[in-house]
Amino acid sequence: MDTQKQLDDFQKRIDNGEKIEPKDWMPERYRKQLIRMMSQHAHSEIVGMLPEGNWITRVPSLKRKMVLLAKVQDEAGHGLYLYSGTETLGVTRKELIEDYIYGNAKYSSIFNYPTLTYADICVIGWLVDGAAIVNQTMLAKSSYGPYARANLRICKEESFHKKQGYEMLAKMANGTPEQRKMAQDAVNRWWWPTLMMFGPHDSDSPNSAELIKWGVKTKTNDELRRHFVDRTVMEAEAIGITLPDPELSYNEETGHWDFGAIPWDEFWSVVKGDGPMNLERIKARKIAYEEGEWVRKAAKEYARKRKLEKAS
Amino acid sequence: MTESSTNTTEWPLWEVFYQPSDGKPFEHAGSVHAPDAEMALLNARDTYARRNEGIAIWVVPSDQITASSPEDRGAFFDPANDKAYRHPQFYSVPRAVKKRK
Repeated sequence: MDTQKQLDDFQKRIDNGEKIEPKDWMPERYRKQLIRMMSQHAHSEIVGMLPEGNWITRVPSLKRKMVLLAKVQDEAGHGLYLYSGTETLGVTRKELIEDYIYGNAKYSSIFNYPTLTYADICVIGWLVDGAAIVNQTMLAKSSYGPYARANLRICKEESFHKKQGYEMLAKMANGTPEQRKMAQDAVNRWWWPTLMMFGPHDSDSPNSAELIKWGVKTKTNDELRRHFVDRTVMEAEAIGITLPDPELSYNEETGHWDFGAIPWDEFWSVVKGDGPMNLERIKARKIAYEEGEWVRKAAKEYARKRKLEKAS
Repeated sequence: MTESSTNTTEWPLWEVFYQPSDGKPFEHAGSVHAPDAEMALLNARDTYARRNEGIAIWVVPSDQITASSPEDRGAFFDPANDKAYRHPQFYSVPRAVKKRK
C-alpha cells in the first residue's frame, strides 16, 4: 500500500513541476492510469495506419503517394515511441498488444470510421491530426518524463501531417464542382467524430480531475476541444469549407466560438464496439500479429544461430 | 490473457542513443525490440531517425544498463554538495581583472 507520506511527497514533486522518471516512486494508481492512457494512445497510432493505408494504392499522383507513405510510416513510429514509453512502467510490449487484440484495451474511436473517398485522407490530416496536435502539445508537458518526451517527438512530426492534409483539402475545395462536393462531404462526415476525439464533457469524464491533479494532463477535455474549434473555424473559412454546425457562432463575451450539441450517443456506441469499422480494424490487427509470428520466430532463431557460430 | 499469448515470440529490448550532430554528445532516444544488434540498429534508425535526427546511433541491450536508484539520490550525489571550491565562483579576484570580460 502507498503510504500517506509517500503520496504527499509525490504530490509535492508534481506541484513543483518535477518530472517523474521510470524508477521513481509513484502511486500504483498513477502507474495504472498511465499504462491505460499511454497504451490507448499507442494502439490509436497503430490502428490509425489502417484508414489511411486504405488509400495508398489509389492516391491521385506519385507525389501524394510518397507523402502518404511517409505519413503512415510516421504513425507507426509514433506507436513505437509510445509503446517504448509504456514499457518503462513495467509492462511488456506483448502484454500491451495482446491486451488490445484479445482483451479490452481501447483506442481512439475516430479510427472506427471508414475512409470512403480520397477527400477523407485530406480531412484526416487537417482535422484528425489537427485535433491530435492540440492534445499532444499538452501531453508533451505531461508529468511522466517518458510520455512527455514521446509526445514532443510526435508533435514535431504531426505538423507535417496536418499541413499536407490542409493543403490537399484547400486544393480540392478550389477544384471542380465535383471535387468541391467531395471535400465538403468528407468534412461533414468527420467534423463531429473529430470533436468527440477530445473525450466526454468534463462533467462526464471521471478520470480527468485525477489526471490533472497528477499533471498527466494540464487541460480538460472541454478546454482542449474549445481551443481546437477556435482555430479550425478560421482555417475552414480560409479555404471555403463550411463546418456542418448551424449553431456555430462567435461569442463576444467569452472570445470563443460556441458550437452545437455533440452526438454523444454515437460516441458511446462506437466506443462500445458498434462503430462502422470496429470489427474490421481489430481483425486487421489480429491477422498482422498472428501471421507475423513466424517472422518474429525465424528472426529470433537466426539470431540465436549466428551467436552460436560466432562463439565457436 | 488468452492461450495464444504463451506461443508468441517477443524480441529482446534495446535502448537507443543517437548523436544529434557532429561533435555533440549522444542522447537517449527510447527503445526498440529486435532479434539481434544489427536489426536493432536498423529498427532504431527507422524509428528514431527518419528526419536526420542523428548522424550516429548506439544500441545497448536494455538489461545491460546499470542505473543509480532515485531513492539514494541524496546520499549518492552528496559528495558533490560540500565542495564549493570546485566552482570558479568560490574564488575572488581583484576588481580590475573582474571587469574584463
